[in-house]
Amino acid sequence: MSARTKSGPLVGVDVGGTFTDLAFFDAATRTFRTAKVPSNRGDEALGFIEGLRAVGDIAQLGAIIHGTTVGTNALLERKGARIGIITTAGFRDVLEMRRRDRPHTWGLWDDFTPVVSRDLRLEVTERTLADGTIRTAVATAEVEAAAKQLLADGAEALAIVFINAYANPANERAAYDAVRTVWPNDHIAYSTQLLPEFREFERTSTVTLNAYLQPVVASYLGKLDTALTKEGFQGSFHIVQSNGGIMSTASARSFPVRTALSGPAAGVIAATAVARAAGFDNIITADLGGTSFDVSLVADGKASLAAQTTIDFGLVIRTPMIEITTIGAGGGSIARVDAGGLVCVGPESAGSRPGPVAYGLGNTRPTLTDANIVLGRINAEQPIGGKLTRLEVEASRAAILAHVGSPLGLTAEAAAEAIVRVANARMAGAIRLVSIERGYDPARFTAVPFGGGGALHVGALIRDVGLKSALVPRYPGITSALGCIIADVRNDRVATLNVMLDGLDEADLARRLLETGREVRGVVAASGLAVEAIDVLFALDMQYQGQTHTVGVPLPVRYDEQEMAVTEAQVRAAFEHAYAQAFSRLLPGIPARIVNLRATALGRRPPFDMAALAPLPDTTRAEAARSARNVWFDGSWHRATIWDRLALPVGARIEGPAVLEQPDATTVIDPGLAATVDRYGNLIVERSR
Amino acid sequence: MPGQPRALDAVTFSILLGRLEQIADEMDATLYRSAFNPIIAEARDACHGLYHAETGATLVQGTRGLPIFVGAMAFAVKAVIDKVAVSGGLLAGDTYIFNDPYAGGTHLNDFRLVRPLMRDGKVFAWLASVGHWLDIGGNVAGGYNPQATESFQEGVLIPPVRLFRDGVLQQDIVDILNANSRVPRSNWGDLNGQLNALDLGQRRFHELIDEYGDDSVTAALAAASARAEALMREAIRALPDGCYSFEDYLDNDGIVDEKLTIALDMTIAGDSLRLDFSRSSPPCRGPVNIARSTAVAACYVALKHVFTEVPANAGCLVPITFDIPGTTFLGVGPPRPVAGYTETILRMIGVVFGALAKADPARATAAPFGTINALSIAGHRKNGQRWVMFSFFGGGLGGNPKSDGLNHANNPISTATIPPAEVMEASYPVMFTQWALRPDSGGAGEHRGGLGAIYEIEILDDGGADVSLLGERGRFAPFGVAGGDPAALNRFQWQTADGWLEPEMASKKTGIRLTRGQRLRLETPGGGGWGDAAKRDPEKSARDVRNGYVTDVAAKSKTRGAKA
Repeated sequence: MSARTKSGPLVGVDVGGTFTDLAFFDAATRTFRTAKVPSNRGDEALGFIEGLRAVGDIAQLGAIIHGTTVGTNALLERKGARIGIITTAGFRDVLEMRRRDRPHTWGLWDDFTPVVSRDLRLEVTERTLADGTIRTAVATAEVEAAAKQLLADGAEALAIVFINAYANPANERAAYDAVRTVWPNDHIAYSTQLLPEFREFERTSTVTLNAYLQPVVASYLGKLDTALTKEGFQGSFHIVQSNGGIMSTASARSFPVRTALSGPAAGVIAATAVARAAGFDNIITADLGGTSFDVSLVADGKASLAAQTTIDFGLVIRTPMIEITTIGAGGGSIARVDAGGLVCVGPESAGSRPGPVAYGLGNTRPTLTDANIVLGRINAEQPIGGKLTRLEVEASRAAILAHVGSPLGLTAEAAAEAIVRVANARMAGAIRLVSIERGYDPARFTAVPFGGGGALHVGALIRDVGLKSALVPRYPGITSALGCIIADVRNDRVATLNVMLDGLDEADLARRLLETGREVRGVVAASGLAVEAIDVLFALDMQYQGQTHTVGVPLPVRYDEQEMAVTEAQVRAAFEHAYAQAFSRLLPGIPARIVNLRATALGRRPPFDMAALAPLPDTTRAEAARSARNVWFDGSWHRATIWDRLALPVGARIEGPAVLEQPDATTVIDPGLAATVDRYGNLIVERSR
Repeated sequence: MPGQPRALDAVTFSILLGRLEQIADEMDATLYRSAFNPIIAEARDACHGLYHAETGATLVQGTRGLPIFVGAMAFAVKAVIDKVAVSGGLLAGDTYIFNDPYAGGTHLNDFRLVRPLMRDGKVFAWLASVGHWLDIGGNVAGGYNPQATESFQEGVLIPPVRLFRDGVLQQDIVDILNANSRVPRSNWGDLNGQLNALDLGQRRFHELIDEYGDDSVTAALAAASARAEALMREAIRALPDGCYSFEDYLDNDGIVDEKLTIALDMTIAGDSLRLDFSRSSPPCRGPVNIARSTAVAACYVALKHVFTEVPANAGCLVPITFDIPGTTFLGVGPPRPVAGYTETILRMIGVVFGALAKADPARATAAPFGTINALSIAGHRKNGQRWVMFSFFGGGLGGNPKSDGLNHANNPISTATIPPAEVMEASYPVMFTQWALRPDSGGAGEHRGGLGAIYEIEILDDGGADVSLLGERGRFAPFGVAGGDPAALNRFQWQTADGWLEPEMASKKTGIRLTRGQRLRLETPGGGGWGDAAKRDPEKSARDVRNGYVTDVAAKSKTRGAKA
């Protein structure tokens, strides 16, 4: 789609496995609306358009920004396209040989099936050396023949990966040019176009998975485009990347691998923005879904990025993604007692279908959600999402008694509490992993739970990990959709330099900065979405000579499109600062090396006014009160007050034990905690004494 | 807590175990990130944990630690406990360092740091860190000297000594270590990484014990051990009683060209297990001997791969008795050479798999490729600086009841990843001309063995390079189980002016001199097959041929073999 910039309302659309969530914002009238419609698995365009119709007139929309799981699902379910690889003679098996790892530390069973079978991985004569010297120019006739053979074998997309191309991409580019003359579509990528960085397996895996997704994502976006055009949509259409930045749909078609964590990344972006507006810069996002619990740490208002993510055994994507740690503990996680008498929750999950026992859809083994129902924490009469009319509490109770209570000699309530506590401990462990293990003190952090279930467990997160407080966003169930309309436009580029710091060629580094800076800035400028400014940031991956791991070193230089300058002393100071932060001691006397250069352009979006989310001025605490019910905490039933969360006015303070209900989520306030409604309608949960 | 003490105890126990394991994981991660040599940083040849105050028994291990160390570390800590007893006491700030393989298992490259975790002036438990240092002297850079006949030719041996006395670093010891390595800077970086890990572990364990109380943690640790023992007994009880024997062989010891036998008589009686290796070959001259502690650790790794649900602590060894007499090459003392210990323990692990396959074919796993192929390529750069490219190579895992064996895997003793070819080419003057799966290297079977690999390397250094290899499986192929076929043999060749040569001792050779442009070629074994090849799903067989995992000729001959 072309890069036109049209004014008009924005809509964020997050398509999940069960629901499609939408957030509508019109800056002109300061109108904010949300919607939740069922997703239509297999034909996502249907739910997508239905949802848009629910929030406004599609023809009047200025832009649609989409968080998608189409790529994620194609990867996890191995439903990408049939593709081919053309590579250097001697290296056709890189993808399948991986880094010589195995699926499990203990146990030698299970094998690995690569996404491209060996007969579709062809070799051509060419060789580049590690220093960039072309030892053998690429035999383009062989490349064309290989491409034709792959086409004849049914390949729909193609990846070209040559050894050491990061040091000199000439052979790869020549092969790409040759292939374009014979390949019938745009689904071709060469590795350095995506990732000009050394480590051939990671690069091969990334470009291969990109090709694997290209036809799938292109067809999906094509369908959406057609449907939108039919509805008279004239605005621009964008996709959220795994790094939390927005890109055009044209970029998404070329680099679909960058959408692997699109939806979850948008959630982290929204949580960060919501918390920031409320005065919290240090947060840990906690998204409890049906099968997993995702956490991400945001320090000083910045989400941390991981350079590389493993989607599944042997499926590695190396492109910056928001660092999201996932453990297999969600509402649908199954609880049991193992042979050694230990209570376990997950990783086996009943998912959203058949789901918890209480759904009555055929599962008979108790889940975390069943435990929350038995303890009165979830309202059995009003299931969230509006698909079921009521939940079968007695079935949940029986399942918990049979699978956990009886083996341990416990009542159903005590067994349910044990399940919740073990699940809480696993969630707490995930939070420790992203905080304490990386040197962050949890007492400085605020949990931001989102998704349907996170807010059920805020009490434990505060107590068990020692977090300062929790902030429950006003609309926890549509956080990712909100993130779509808030996120900045973003483009990243990496290049391997591999030079020693001592005697650095400063002019050459400056030239590389300018070159990559222009490149990333250009992509953002062409995105078609209104931005207030474009920032260009640089960082280096550096190490002491002899190390193999690197530390990320933010470079304190300003981007100037005319001329750039950088000094060896500047780089050294930045490296030593970053290294000392990561480890206890510097290693003086050992020379340092610059491995990679990273450039990022951020197109800053106009600020989103969170006041658009605030409660209406005429709400009162009395009108929000609902009848009380029994909820189980710490070994006994407590009379908990129940509230219509969205009806609470600004400043209302609710002491635990209490349950706050809203259509898309439930917040539980444990005894000893209290929640206050802030001016944006968020709940701030803290220890009450 | 009121009402349900038993349940909440079980829950607290679950939580405490998770927290303890996380600390050990965090120690591992700290070392990986700050280590200098790729064998730790990339290949994760390291391990951390918490060990029993009096016995040294393993209490808690990281989940990512190198499997073989998980079994061996208890012996290392015990060696320090014994040393403390004879050297007159311990101070809170003491940290011991050593690499004595006879006292602590494995080989000289593995440096152990052991530090007491003191509570109220008493040892509550021990913290330990072990990591594989790149070079500690000896005749061959990297330590894997295939022709060593005494440990003195493999490197310098450091007995348990205090690196820190009451919190003060003993620089004298660091100076001795530095003076005995080809790469002192790398070792110094790794030592600092290990100290980072111990500092962090010490801090975290104290915080945790402060939070839960000494008694609760002590009780949880004892319960964890009891639980491991109970689960292991249950697993053994599920196997039919009887004595099951299995033998396999090493090609030779690198000095004397005779096969070495590892013979196991495994007796299952109720819920206990006896592993008797006394029919194995006597101590040998070359570097494939192992100390008894190493042998026990190897059995532990084998059993953990089969009984994956049993937790990794010393409790799981309680139901097992070992007969590993000093009259065999599996229970030697100093100065018998041990650098090639990996080859011997890999064979031992296979032998345990073989004996268990006889007891319970439903859980049988065919032999993994069974050699690490420690390849050292070294030379001097134009500025005179030495370069040493040292790495281990992959092969196939065995077919099993669930799946074909994994292609190009690491060894069961390790979770090491292989450095990328591009990283090696960027670091050393070499060029890989092939990095590929090796067709026909997996044993045929209903579930085929995984494929080994072909690595072909050309020397780019004008000054040439010296090459040595310590490998195995050149004469005795990885076996199949339940009717499966054996895999291909290991094969090593190098180019000379007169053509390609192969080592007289199959896969062990030192002193190879290659000039610029000459190549060496390593073809590693796959894994053995599981089940009768005639029963293989024809679709899978067709796919094997289409993908070139099995060449047409080999597939045809297999079919003929099946019919005959």
